[in-house]
Amino acid sequence: MLLRFLLTLQGLGAFALITLGVMITRFRAARAVIRPLVFAEISRAGLRLLPLFLFMAVALGLVVIGQTVSWLTRVGAINFLGTVMVVVVVRELGPLVTALLVVARVGTANVIELGTARATGEVEALEALGIDPVHYLVVPRVLGMALGVYALTVYLILGALASGYLWAFVQDVPLLPGDYLRQLAGALSGLDFVLLAVKTFAFGAIIALVTCYHGLAQPLRLEEISRATVAAVAQSVVACVLLDALFIILYLAT
Amino acid sequence: MTPPLPAPDEVPALEMINVAVGALHDPAIRVAENINWTVRPGDYWVIAGLHGAGKSDFLRLAGGVMPPQQGQYRFFGEPMPIFEDARLPTRLRLGLVFDGGQLFNHLTLAENVALPLRYHRNLGHAEAAAAAAELLAGLELEPWAHRLPGAVGYGWRKRAGLARALALQPEVLLVDNPLGGVDPRQVHWWLAFLDQLSRGHPLLRGRPVTLVVTAADFPRWQGHARQFALLRDRRLRVLGGWGEVAAAREDAVRELLTKETQTG
Repeated sequence: MLLRFLLTLQGLGAFALITLGVMITRFRAARAVIRPLVFAEISRAGLRLLPLFLFMAVALGLVVIGQTVSWLTRVGAINFLGTVMVVVVVRELGPLVTALLVVARVGTANVIELGTARATGEVEALEALGIDPVHYLVVPRVLGMALGVYALTVYLILGALASGYLWAFVQDVPLLPGDYLRQLAGALSGLDFVLLAVKTFAFGAIIALVTCYHGLAQPLRLEEISRATVAAVAQSVVACVLLDALFIILYLAT
Repeated sequence: MTPPLPAPDEVPALEMINVAVGALHDPAIRVAENINWTVRPGDYWVIAGLHGAGKSDFLRLAGGVMPPQQGQYRFFGEPMPIFEDARLPTRLRLGLVFDGGQLFNHLTLAENVALPLRYHRNLGHAEAAAAAAELLAGLELEPWAHRLPGAVGYGWRKRAGLARALALQPEVLLVDNPLGGVDPRQVHWWLAFLDQLSRGHPLLRGRPVTLVVTAADFPRWQGHARQFALLRDRRLRVLGGWGEVAAAREDAVRELLTKETQTG
């Protein structure tokens, strides 16, 4: 069990390094092919998920504010609504919920697509044509998903903050929009913006790397793809949560 | 005194010295071994063997998709496989056509054919379209150009695989089992087209292509291929020209000469 975990970790690390190497050495190569693929991936891991994220934003605002208001009014601490939203939504739930949804919607598709490409010999065909499979299949996914997760997190957070106010308003909390915004601004620091960007880019890249690794790194047969997908989803989630824990430590340390 | 280097035209196109071939899907399995084989520029080889003899794995190794388990394999004097960018131009002198085409399933036939051009010459869709259209027309694939591989018959997918391999104007072409599973009219087309490639086809600016083809039998290649070999019992046996194949007495060769095997 431990050995298998270490082997997977080693494989993933090597795969990440190879991808990084290809990204650097082939930064300018075949841009006319790779750039549209990156845009397509941003669309898939970002733009097309917007309706789902709008729904999630409204739900997240309701969950956090609904629960918080009922508790904070009891202790008379309604002035901390903005702070709660920043701590819970901006720092924690926003990025994590985005990452989990992207794993579910796009990460699974990644494993299946690449696993099928591997099983049906498309990857060999790329190699036979002198096309680096990592450059053609993995690099656009890593870049696209990193940007996609970042953009979606920003939208989710904005949506949740707006819907949070809406739910507070519905619950008759005496809070003016200006005061709410002031509370938010007061709770946010410059570091929040930097860490949010770094964290979400890292989430996107990790999801892409883990799912591509499981689809691509070992020779698969068609019947093995479902098993690979299950493993990739589990590992993506664990990796994102572990990374999130690392960021919590960072927050606490600063 | 060091011996003089061979003249450039004497460098073999493919040269295998004591090569062992592994299976692509299980590298632990050895498909063939002790292969010593030389292909000169301009040759037209047919490598025949029964199903499961390892023809596809052998051709994948020759196509530079996997390394030899042991021994040396050189392509125009360069050790294979080639994955480094610096030696990529040598690598692209070799084309590999898979059995069944192995097209990219999410791209149309036209996009499949254009992809190698776009990738290696950094071209947009529109810029590569003309060259791809010329290839598709030359291989009679125009009616299916904008369909996905899944919506096209097996024989046409196979042909699109050939068009894709020709996109980068290779000097050496390896074709895996071109006559397998196609109808008599397509068999005729393949034989005529490969002959033309061997002599020099206008699509490749008339430059003769060195050919290595795998097959399940010999008779259909009479009068087409010029060199013949047999892959059997994990060995590659070079037989020679058609005269030697026809005159062979051993069962292993006679088996692939009978009419019953001519189903592909």
